[in-house]
Amino acid sequence: MAYPFRHEKETRILSEYFGDPEARTLDGWKKRGGYQALRKAIEMGRDAVIEEVKASGLRGRGGAGFPTGVKWSFMPKEKTGPSYLLVNSDESEPGAFKDRELIRWTPHQLIEGALIGAYAIQADHVYIYVRGEFFEPAQVVARAIEEAYQNGLAGKNILGTGIDIDVTLHLGAGAYICGEETALMNSLEGRRGQPRVKPPFPAVSGAFGRPTTINNVETLCAVPHIINKGAAWYRGFGTEKSPGTKLFNVSGHVVRRGNYEFPLGFPMHELLYDVCGGIRDGRKLKAVIPGGSSVPILAAEECDINLDYESVIAAGSMLGTASVIVMDDRTCMVKQVRRMVEFYAHESCGQCTPCREGTAWVAKIMRRIEAGLGTEADLEKLVDLSTNMTGTTICVLSDSCAAPVMSSLKKFKDDYLGHIHHGACPVAAAAVA
Amino acid sequence: MAITGQGTSAGSDAAGAAAPPPQDLVNCTINGVAVSVPKGTRIIEAAEAAGIGIPYYCYHPGLSAPAMCRMCLVEIEGAPKLQPACVTVVGEGQSILTESAKARAAREGNLEFYLLNHPLDCPICDKAGECKLQDYTHAEGRKHGRVVEPKRVLNQDDFGGDVLYEGDRCIMCTRCVRFMREIAGNDALCVVQRGNRSVIDTFFDEGLDGDLWAGNIIDICPVGALLSKDFLHKARAWDLDRSPSICPNCSQGCNVYVDSRDNLIMRLRPRPNPEVNSYWMCEEGRLEYEWYNRANVPTGTIGMADTIGGGPNPTGRCERPMVRDAQGRLQAATWHDAVVALVQRLGGLRGENGVLAVASPAHANEDVALLHRLAQVLGGGDAVFRVRTAPSEVVCPGFPKLARRRELAANGRGLRAVGFRRVGDDAGAGGLDELTTAGKIILVLGDALADVPETFGADAALFVYLGSEPGPAVRNADFILPVTNFVEQEGTFTNFEGRVQRFWPALEPPPLARPAWQVLGVVLAGLDDGPAPADAASAFLRAAELYEAFGGLSYEVIGGRGALLNEPVQLGAGAAEGA
Ligand SMILES: Cc1cc2nc3c(=O)[nH]c(=O)nc-3n(C[C@H](O)[C@H](O)[C@H](O)COP(=O)(O)O)c2cc1C
Ligand code: SF4
Ligand code: SF4
Ligand code: SF4
Ligand code: FES
Repeated sequence: MAYPFRHEKETRILSEYFGDPEARTLDGWKKRGGYQALRKAIEMGRDAVIEEVKASGLRGRGGAGFPTGVKWSFMPKEKTGPSYLLVNSDESEPGAFKDRELIRWTPHQLIEGALIGAYAIQADHVYIYVRGEFFEPAQVVARAIEEAYQNGLAGKNILGTGIDIDVTLHLGAGAYICGEETALMNSLEGRRGQPRVKPPFPAVSGAFGRPTTINNVETLCAVPHIINKGAAWYRGFGTEKSPGTKLFNVSGHVVRRGNYEFPLGFPMHELLYDVCGGIRDGRKLKAVIPGGSSVPILAAEECDINLDYESVIAAGSMLGTASVIVMDDRTCMVKQVRRMVEFYAHESCGQCTPCREGTAWVAKIMRRIEAGLGTEADLEKLVDLSTNMTGTTICVLSDSCAAPVMSSLKKFKDDYLGHIHHGACPVAAAAVA
Repeated sequence: MAITGQGTSAGSDAAGAAAPPPQDLVNCTINGVAVSVPKGTRIIEAAEAAGIGIPYYCYHPGLSAPAMCRMCLVEIEGAPKLQPACVTVVGEGQSILTESAKARAAREGNLEFYLLNHPLDCPICDKAGECKLQDYTHAEGRKHGRVVEPKRVLNQDDFGGDVLYEGDRCIMCTRCVRFMREIAGNDALCVVQRGNRSVIDTFFDEGLDGDLWAGNIIDICPVGALLSKDFLHKARAWDLDRSPSICPNCSQGCNVYVDSRDNLIMRLRPRPNPEVNSYWMCEEGRLEYEWYNRANVPTGTIGMADTIGGGPNPTGRCERPMVRDAQGRLQAATWHDAVVALVQRLGGLRGENGVLAVASPAHANEDVALLHRLAQVLGGGDAVFRVRTAPSEVVCPGFPKLARRRELAANGRGLRAVGFRRVGDDAGAGGLDELTTAGKIILVLGDALADVPETFGADAALFVYLGSEPGPAVRNADFILPVTNFVEQEGTFTNFEGRVQRFWPALEPPPLARPAWQVLGVVLAGLDDGPAPADAASAFLRAAELYEAFGGLSYEVIGGRGALLNEPVQLGAGAAEGA
């Protein structure tokens, strides 16, 4: 089966076997070099594995870009009881669809990476937390776990080394907030899925009150390659501060939407106009959200940048999950932002007042403006509320809701003013004309 | 200024608590005021110790801290974000600002969010006047609201027990949920749904019915979202008089406030005492107050008839001293005449056939000590009490020091401490028929003797009744002396573990009722046994002189948290019975 998203410019390391059903099976995976990294890691020893991952400069792919090796080194060296590695496969952010592809095509890549991680941090148990709606991918993961157990790769005495690591699949129940690391822990424990206050940090007290590390699927999928080929090889891709390759999941108004793997630092222009075939219907680019719905929006003129962590920050946004949402000139930003804000209002766990009330209020105001019933005073109010929702809550969902509101007000104020002064969408009117 | 840990009360010092070990101190400034606190102290507590108030909703000193209401955000100089004072531990050398522009702006913004869906129906809300949303909004909220959107509307929900939920007013602080989980040990409440659709709910039909601790959530709800059915629309908070007292309904002796209006009890609330009840009390204590609340119809217009057979007694109280005359009729008398006559009679009978003293465990240490003394002065004899006893005690899971004890009265331990012994059954009846009364002096304090035969005391040499209820006890009494009940006087109770605790008057007594210690003190003085105490504090000192158990104690030593009796806690049968 040919994978629909392919481009000859890609550097396919994690995504090499997308579309290859045989790679899903243990035998197929082993034929493709699978599980050699696990054996090698155990031969290297825990500290060497952590040092290698540190040296590779791998940064977390769950959004924040925190250095993975450093995170692993926070785990206690002395083992006093159970500890855990959690795999974050809750991927629910609008625009993101990279982890889904990784787990449904290369489940053993993830399991191998997770086993290496668990070995390095001395975790006894890996929990793979999969978003509840990912039903088919979850079945693929479940089958792969079963195979791993049957072949001595998981459970007791893995690879005959005397090391025990259990692997368990856990399905979420449909909440974006359960992707936040501490909400995921609550959900896993059977509690209400809502973020916890930090400190304590997970490495001290995480799942079930024990030392815990949590990593994104894509982060762990990169680990076997780093172990196999070395940190220096990995650093051969990407930039100094953003080494390695990354899946760019592109959606919106381009000709060829899809998942593409490139070294970090790949130019956005090339991604949109070459790899993705440009803006569809010959339209003009209006805006790009470079890292999933929770990062600030970039206007077309800000998009001539390289896609690595530091360059996107310099441009005023964030790389996040590299979920690139492309919008053409027929896009009404009021409508787009209203839809995003409604998402956050729906997904707020409701603990923090600025988030619980703020997201819902902003959604109501956005709906009113979109319907042509807004005033200019509403715009000031939106700025104010967004400010009050930023930096005041337990997790950053609240900030994520405020970010597109603030950036769109700054960069696309005319869309708002059009709705306010003409009582209807100026973009839609222009498109008809 | 320097704050070095929690001040220990005189009471706990007297109880022999060892001085706390020296702790590591952390120094910081809060709004420029230098503060040193033990390592690990949270900013909110450090600020409180320094007299600086930080607004909060979700924090409660008796519960876990989820840091979710975001009211307590403070600026720590150098930190990029505001930090929640309720969970952030003070760091060495920190400069903490609660009134910086950033902190104030965050509070003002947050308060606006709080009012977004709040109905602002203060005029019909029982919490008005003691509501933290009102208080903070008045202090720091925006002058004008900016909400034009319609508010969320929910229905009222009956949570069971005494509790009603007004969802519209709920600010989602989850104090109630955490109380039920952490203190009541009954996960009966939860947050249902998420975002601004969140509501507090019970699980299907399983509500708070039958939970002995659930009523506390009404007190700790910072707004009027949880209401007491018993208190519903009974009084406005600002019309209430609040008096510190002790719950009389079991031997735990929970510290309470008696909130009254127009001389009637409107409700009881727990008064924090970490040694006894933390911040909590039980439903039986909270809701069963009518027995000491009744009979407070303003007097002067309706009085007790001059003779006992002379007509109905609408106030239900003993209101005037009554003395049986030579013709065998009870006649109203002045206190002066009644006491003179009583001293004369007692003087004549002193040392004759002995005494039977019956006291109620709802009377103060001061009262029962002087009653016991009087019995001894008159020649000694039986000193007994009866008390209702529950089949088992009910421990508060989250604060096991607190339990609804088996003995359903406040002062059984105080009675035992001065030499009374318990008789009768678990219903608080019986036990008196085995005791001879013939030719004796019977002294009854407070026990209405509801169960005794009509002939009780008819064969006694003298029968004196000090009480507030003109029940069957007065049938054959020679003297009826109206006394105050505990809620109308100052005094102390001794709880199950021997902790002596003070209470203060909450209600006006009927005009002619006097505290029993005062009446007994005057009678003792008339019998040349010491000077009559002028106030409750002196009556207590008298008891402390006379009874070793109270030795060394005084109102100053007892203080606000109580002090343990001067005797080891007995773990034998007697103590178990007392528990
Ligand atoms: C609201 C919210 C949702 C999140 N959702 C996800 C998610 O679906 N998947 C994910 O990997 N990380 C998610 N994160 C980030 C995680 O909290 C965490 O940083 C990440 O899993 C760490 O893995 P990494 O270090 O490998 O990136 C989310 C964070 C927030 C605040
Ligand atoms: S910011 Fe929003 S989603 Fe995050 S913990 Fe607070 S209420 Fe929940
Ligand atoms: S009912 Fe009261 S205590 Fe419970 S969450 Fe709402 S406001 Fe807080
Ligand atoms: S436990 Fe006892 S003292 Fe405390 S409130 Fe209940 S009845 Fe009153
Ligand atoms: S009191 Fe600190 S966040 Fe609620």
